[in-house]
Amino acid sequence: MLEIKDLYVNAGEKEILKGINLKINKGEIHVIMGPNGSGKTTTANAILNNPEYQKKQGSIIFDGTDITDLKTDEIARKGVFMSFQLPEEIPGVTVANFLKYAKNKITGKPVKVFQFKDELKKYAKELKIKEETLERSLNVGFSGGEKKKNEILQMLVLNPKLAILDETDSGLDVDAIKTVSKGIEMFKNDENGVLIITHNTKILHSLKVDYVHILVDGKIVKTGTQELASEIEENGYEKYRKG
Amino acid sequence: MSKTQIEDINRNIYDIKNKDEYDYKIQKGLTKEIIEELSKQKQDPDWMREFRLKALDVYNQLKLPTWGPDLSELDMDEIATYVRPKTKMSNNWNDVPDDIKETFDKLGIPEAEKTSLAGVGAQYDSEVVYHSMKEDLIKQGVIYTDMETAVREYPELVKEHFMKCVPVHDHKFVALHGAVWSGGSFVYVPKGVKVDIPLQSYFRLNSPESGQFEHTLIIVDEGASLHFIEGCSAPKYNKVNLHAGCVELYVKDNAYLRYSTIENWSKNMLNLNTKKAIVGKNAQVDWVSGSFGSKISMLYPMSILNGEGSKTEFTGISFAGKGQNLDNGFKVVHNAKNTSSVVNAKSISKDGGTCTYRSLVRINENAKNSKSVVSCESLMLDDISKSDTIPVNDIRTDEVEFSHEAKIGKISDKTIFYLMSRGMSEEDAKAMIVRGFAYPISKELPVEYAVEMNNLINLELEGAIG
Repeated sequence: MLEIKDLYVNAGEKEILKGINLKINKGEIHVIMGPNGSGKTTTANAILNNPEYQKKQGSIIFDGTDITDLKTDEIARKGVFMSFQLPEEIPGVTVANFLKYAKNKITGKPVKVFQFKDELKKYAKELKIKEETLERSLNVGFSGGEKKKNEILQMLVLNPKLAILDETDSGLDVDAIKTVSKGIEMFKNDENGVLIITHNTKILHSLKVDYVHILVDGKIVKTGTQELASEIEENGYEKYRKG
Repeated sequence: MSKTQIEDINRNIYDIKNKDEYDYKIQKGLTKEIIEELSKQKQDPDWMREFRLKALDVYNQLKLPTWGPDLSELDMDEIATYVRPKTKMSNNWNDVPDDIKETFDKLGIPEAEKTSLAGVGAQYDSEVVYHSMKEDLIKQGVIYTDMETAVREYPELVKEHFMKCVPVHDHKFVALHGAVWSGGSFVYVPKGVKVDIPLQSYFRLNSPESGQFEHTLIIVDEGASLHFIEGCSAPKYNKVNLHAGCVELYVKDNAYLRYSTIENWSKNMLNLNTKKAIVGKNAQVDWVSGSFGSKISMLYPMSILNGEGSKTEFTGISFAGKGQNLDNGFKVVHNAKNTSSVVNAKSISKDGGTCTYRSLVRINENAKNSKSVVSCESLMLDDISKSDTIPVNDIRTDEVEFSHEAKIGKISDKTIFYLMSRGMSEEDAKAMIVRGFAYPISKELPVEYAVEMNNLINLELEGAIG
């Protein structure tokens, strides 16, 4: 479904990704782990082609299409979703209206209002998001946990083919992590994929994953299964750092 | 990644120009003879003729203001002050001439009336050509008519209030207005009468080089309430057009008035309008204002809180594009105990447009236990646009609660990226941010105006739709 080939990415003058290769098939959950500054968030942003990052080399293929240089919205409409580490606040636009508009854009057709509302309420309930939150301005005055849960809500409603979750678990308490994991489980099926980006292993306690990749200094240095995450939890990244 | 092109608004429906056809147009420039001729044409009573001549004297003595936008392009000798359309007033839509009717049809005036508005006074150039009001309001004693008719038929009411709230000495354009005023609306709501559907007027300028000096006088008597909507539009011309209208609002004890305006003058208009309200005991005046058009706008509605416990709220938004300098704001004078004012002003500027929020909050010594909360926010859509806040706060007693908050912001690339990652184009993303920013204002407008405002925002941001 997603294939990243030999990807080099700069942020300004600085070289961040130095030849990433990654393949995600449908039905799989992948995790990229790595210390701070290793290029995890850059990887997520590069897939969505955030103009703040410049691709120097390599390509990204999604569902058979080269999306390397497509605009962010085009990539989103092809079915790639990213949950943000720090979601933006949009005053004057309610969560419900925002999602209805986004759903229209993603699907390219008007949503059925009542069906949409029911679906939204159902997912909100599962994620323990209060119904009145849906009528509040998007992310404005939300706590860290509320923002993260809201990102998961968006993922469920927009129902992408590939969901990239950037540091979705950071700064969350145990209960919130459980809720987020539940959201991911609800989303997951044989036809879609998930890429979780994290610097710790907390979320992996309540979620079963297929592959774990260790990202250090802009390169994937090791790929394994869930046991690799346990090893990192015990010993840290030291072993994989250069020199 | 390519840059978004934010084009000028598609003004097709606003730019319907009719042949400049009129049966009478006075010579250019402003002299005593012209004023007398104008007065004669308008069949003024003696007191009004004398009033005009006095105002002309004041006009000649006063200087142009120097503290705001540059008005040097304005040459009063170039502006014909009075243009009378080829029709007499009518209360039947079918009697209005076809070309004028067509213009109003395209602006949706009769539809608006049919759906939800209690009455429409549409001013075409300087005289009101169409007027109507629902029967039940007439039965309750509500008066809604054009200003000339009011001068003739309600001389006592008019004399007592006309330019008492906004005296001709206020500034040069008010003096000019006093000398050449023409057309406008007069509303009187009797004691205790609640008008529960909005009254609306629509002003429109058609003739090149003509000024528009309409006078709006509204009296909401004790315990009565009213919502009045003023809409303004003008097609585009090369020469400078001047709008120096005057709005006087009298909100008597325990009365309520909401005054809503959407101004979308063409972008060569100088909008130098003066609006003021005098508010009685436990009465309230709320201003809702959307300012989208004009080349230069100097517009500072003012509430004078004379009665104990009186209140005012101002909710306004300005949207300045290329070549526009919108110097707008609000003034309030707290002149009695327990008065309160709330200001929520927003501005958006793009393509080098300038928005300035200029305000006065004065709390007099006698206004103990009063409260004033001012919040203004600006949004700039690019690096070449400007935004400024110039507040004057004159607080003369300690026993008040006063706060002023100003924020200036830009749309960040991070926000755009966030929205684009949800499938929206860059234009969609910007429009959503701007609509959200404007939402606290648009939610105060009647629904059809809120829709119009959102459409204006979308058109401004999404480019002309071919």
